[in-house]
Amino acid sequence: MAVPRAERLTKWLIAGPPLAFLLAFFLLPSLIMALASLRYPGEFGGLAPLAARAGEEGGLTLENYVLFFGDWIYAQIFAKSLGIAALTTFVCLVMAYPLALLIARSPKKRRDFMVLLVILPFASNFLVRVYAWMIILGPMDLLFTRFAVIVGMVYVHLPFMILPLYTNLEKHDPALLDAAQDLGANAWHTFWRVTFPLSLPGVFSGSALVFIPVLGMFAIPELLGGKGDWMVGNMIKEAFLGTRDWPFGSMLSLMLTLAVLAIAGAAALFARRGARDA
Amino acid sequence: MPLLEIRNVTRRFGALTAIDNVTLAIEAGEFFTLLGPSGCGKTTLLRMIAGFDAPDAGSIWLDGRDLADKPPEQRPVHTVFQSYALFPHMSVARNVAFPLQMAKKPPGEIAEKVKQALSEVHLEDKGASYPHELSGGQKQRVALARALVTRPRMLLLDEPLGALDAKLREQMEIELISLQRDVGITFVFVTHAQPEALALSHRIAVMRDGRVEQMDTPSRLYGFPANRFVADFIGNCNMLPATVSEATPHGLRLAVRALGEVAAPPAERARSGQQGVLALRPEQVHIVAANTAHELKNHFAGRVRDFLYIGDVTTYVVELKNGTRIEALLANSAPGRARFFEVDEPVKVAWRHDAGVFLVD
Repeated sequence: MAVPRAERLTKWLIAGPPLAFLLAFFLLPSLIMALASLRYPGEFGGLAPLAARAGEEGGLTLENYVLFFGDWIYAQIFAKSLGIAALTTFVCLVMAYPLALLIARSPKKRRDFMVLLVILPFASNFLVRVYAWMIILGPMDLLFTRFAVIVGMVYVHLPFMILPLYTNLEKHDPALLDAAQDLGANAWHTFWRVTFPLSLPGVFSGSALVFIPVLGMFAIPELLGGKGDWMVGNMIKEAFLGTRDWPFGSMLSLMLTLAVLAIAGAAALFARRGARDA
Repeated sequence: MPLLEIRNVTRRFGALTAIDNVTLAIEAGEFFTLLGPSGCGKTTLLRMIAGFDAPDAGSIWLDGRDLADKPPEQRPVHTVFQSYALFPHMSVARNVAFPLQMAKKPPGEIAEKVKQALSEVHLEDKGASYPHELSGGQKQRVALARALVTRPRMLLLDEPLGALDAKLREQMEIELISLQRDVGITFVFVTHAQPEALALSHRIAVMRDGRVEQMDTPSRLYGFPANRFVADFIGNCNMLPATVSEATPHGLRLAVRALGEVAAPPAERARSGQQGVLALRPEQVHIVAANTAHELKNHFAGRVRDFLYIGDVTTYVVELKNGTRIEALLANSAPGRARFFEVDEPVKVAWRHDAGVFLVD
């Protein structure tokens, strides 16, 4: 039994630091946030004290949740955010797939260079790139439109779709394509019956890497979008920095996290069922 | 008319000529093997028949039709790949159904044919399994079932037994022979393993450097190799350097340096004074104790240098007076006895006057 114990110790030593980090800086803040969503806002921002003093608001309340579920506007903004995230993910997928396939099927020497080109935009600052789009779209009368928001979202997130797709496609055994063709499949069938189904793990991880950040994004709709393009992220930002209503912002953040978890759970369930039926 | 004709096919990769003006014909129902060391061009030839590669010169004809502008998916030829290339995301049954679906067969027919194909390879109960759940031999069978389910005109097998261990390989060899006989489809088999080729094939083309060195039945290839390469590549072979001293239609007299003369069967191209080697199979060489009088005329004295006990037989390496080493095979018919001669023991090797083949240099 000495060996397994040593192994277990090694595992804890390796997994320990990141685990502790996540507990301290993700789980704990999330709990603080969840609690904050149940509190009253302070008079000048921040939070009101938990123990109410005479004549002042304090303690816990479900007021924010009543507000959220009582007014259609919040559901609409959530739905709009989901729509923008879904559209961005889809456009990224359609644009990234051919490119990822091209890179994966290029000679090995050229692949690394092409991957470098894909991540090259990261070398310049995110905001600089968004401002660049303002300069491009402004003269075309496309600035402050939904279109501009989607363009900006796709531009910023495209590499996050290309890289997981490429990593997946690169691992495909080329003999499978030969086999499909040999057994009577044309290029269309070879793609949809062999390449695409085998790339689904890459499609899922790429989609998650695009969909989730887009859902919470506030800078791009704020800079490139119009008033009608407000997303959940903009509401959260406004709650914390504009109206200084921290509990309301906390509630929105929590709802956003829950929405992402619900969608990820549904996707995992769907993927598992898909794999079983295949 | 032969089923497949390869006419003057040449294929070059840069400076390398992978296939050098090859012409051969394969008959319907044949088990035909392309045999050769790695890099001899056998796989290139197979890929050209399948349509994955095209000749630089020459043409390939199937059923009297030129295949030049037919892509692989339109050729009635299927391949069993070395890595099996089973679709990992599909069950066994769906793998086997794939070519039928591509041929747009109705679902009822597909189900029936998949069932039949799986029973042909004895995998009736594995239809719902996934490739990663199968052993190497089972994967091999799925690949065979998938390639045979549409009853192609021809099945190409690219070193399909290479990844299996020896015991399983032998079992698959026997199954391949009976499968080919049962379905009656022409098999074109590529391998570098000569025992496999001898055991399986009706005919073998021995290839080297993109050329066909010899094409014949296994027993004729083994018994009458056309040149040193074939003699050496197929089976084990003793090469006794010799000069022709007399050539008649009934036989040859060969002078072996520092040893004397031996008689050999006639060879068409042999002329008096020519140099060459007498190729003798180890099982054609008898080994007896030095003091035994031998009735065979071709015999030389020597000493045992080494022996290799294999179980059923023992191979003795005998060094002749002139330094030439000759291998002789002796069946171990006496139970429990590993050898009849010891290392360094003086012995005599002998062979029939009609044994061996003289190969002109």
